[in-house]
Parts: sequence; C-alpha cells; structure tokens
Amino acid sequence: MSLQDKYKELTDTAGSIGIVNLQVREQDNVLYIDGEAPNGAAKDKLWDVYGKLDPDFRSGDVVMNINVSTMAPGARATVTTQTSNLNIRKGPGTDQPIVGKAAHNDTVTLISKTNDQWWLIRTNAGEEGYAFAQYLSPQ
Amino acid sequence: MRKYQWFSGRILPAIVIAMLLLSSCKPKDSDIQASIDAIRKTTPEMTGVVASVSQGVVTLTGECKDDAAKAISEKAVTVIKGVKQVIDNCTLTPPPPPPPASVVIAPDDPLTKEVADATKDYPGVHSDVKDGVVTLTGEIKRADLKTLMMGLHTLKPKKIDNQLTIK
Repeated sequence: MSLQDKYKELTDTAGSIGIVNLQVREQDNVLYIDGEAPNGAAKDKLWDVYGKLDPDFRSGDVVMNINVSTMAPGARATVTTQTSNLNIRKGPGTDQPIVGKAAHNDTVTLISKTNDQWWLIRTNAGEEGYAFAQYLSPQ
Repeated sequence: MRKYQWFSGRILPAIVIAMLLLSSCKPKDSDIQASIDAIRKTTPEMTGVVASVSQGVVTLTGECKDDAAKAISEKAVTVIKGVKQVIDNCTLTPPPPPPPASVVIAPDDPLTKEVADATKDYPGVHSDVKDGVVTLTGEIKRADLKTLMMGLHTLKPKKIDNQLTIK
C-alpha cells in the first residue's frame, strides 16, 4: 500500500477542515504534508487523525508541518506549557539568557515571528522577549 | 420621355450587370475560410484558434497561448482579401499550475539545535540528528508525545524515528 493510500484519511481531512496551501509529496518513503491551518483546533484534529492511522507515531513515514495561520503579529496567544512557566529570552534560542516568564495559561501578545520555532512576544506585564512557539496557542 | 426610355433600356441594365459582376468579384466566405486554413498551416501561433467567417466578418475563438500569438493570429487574418472585420474572441491559455515545491529538509546545523530546544523540557527524551533524520530514544509520558511530535515536525526534518518508550 502506498503512503498516499495509508494516509488518505489524513490528507482528506486536511482538505475538508480548510488547510490552505496544502502540499502532499512523497519522497524517499516519507510523506511530507505542509500547509496552514485556520486555527489551533484544526491542527489538533489533524494530529488526532495522524495518531489514529499511525499509533504513537512509530512508523516515521510522515513529516507533517502544519502552521496555524492565526499565529500572526498582533494576535493574542495562550501559554500552553505542561504546567510550568514559559521562559522569555533575550534572543531566539535556549542558550539565550532568560529575561522574564509567562505563567501557564497566561495570555501574551505576538509581536513578530523569528522562525517556525521562536516568536517575539509581550506579556501582560509588559515584558518583551522571545518564546518557544511550541508553547504558544493562538486564541 | 425619349431620354428616359434610353436610360431604362440601355443604362439601367448596364448598371445592374456591372453591379452583379462587381459583387461576384468579391471573395466568398468559403474562399476566405480556405485562405485562413492555408495561413494556419504556416502559422504555428494559430494552433488552437478557431475561425468562422460570415459575410466577410471573421470571428476568432479558441485559445491562444499568449498575447503575441493572439496579435499574430488577428493580423494574419486581417490581411486576407475580402475580410471586412476581425472579431477576436480568443482566450489566452491559462499558464500551467506551478510544479509542487520540492521538499525542504533542514540542514543538520540548525536542526540539531532546534531539536535540542524542542526536547529540553522532556528530561527522559534523548535525541540524535544525522542527515536530517531525528532519532528519539528514552522515555516519555503518553500525554506529552503528541505535543513533542507537533513541535518536532515543524523543524523540517527528513524523517523522525520514534524509538521512545511510552509510559
């Protein structure tokens, strides 16, 4: 069975929940899926389907790079760490000094995107710095 | 009175005959069509263009590959003898869709550091990056697996080899 068949439900779901700029390509036995989700919930749904088709993400035959289009400068995002505070750093990298913290479930303002991993943000307390995008969920 | 008879008897028939002769000299629509077909054979720009002729008016329809081909087709038809007007209703062929963008794989240099950043909050997880392949070993809580994976998949790896023990 080809990868496109194996993950047909995944790519079909991507189409039906409004993933834009969707690109699905197979290369060296890996299916690369790229696109932009309209919101965090759509991205979450897609990951649930992926987890169903490939339990525990064991096969290593998909790379699904889905960004959320509402992650835009000026938007607000919730800090979705496990439980701990989110470090706010002087520069985009974990080797950069910590200049502040945002609490779990706090809301911050997105200022600008450095890359897929780092955003310059501002906390409600007015602290500005770089935070890891993985722990920011758009509202 | 005699003058009138002379006119109706000699001049009028002569005028009528002359008019008939003149009109029969004009190329017929079928001649124009034949000329267009001949031109088409030597004008590659007219491929895909359909021409119809009605009373000396040529209507072009179909598809032209670009504006230049459209202009050439129109000009080639305009110069045919007997063509009074050319109505160019050709549409331009839409450009082919762009080929799918090739898969971008992050080089190991930023990737190794980014994977370290993404895994640092999961103390039981060890990562190794080689030629774009991210290998995960160690252990992780089931509740954390999806979040970790969502982060790693945005780093543009070639592949993620998940060998984690899930608790």
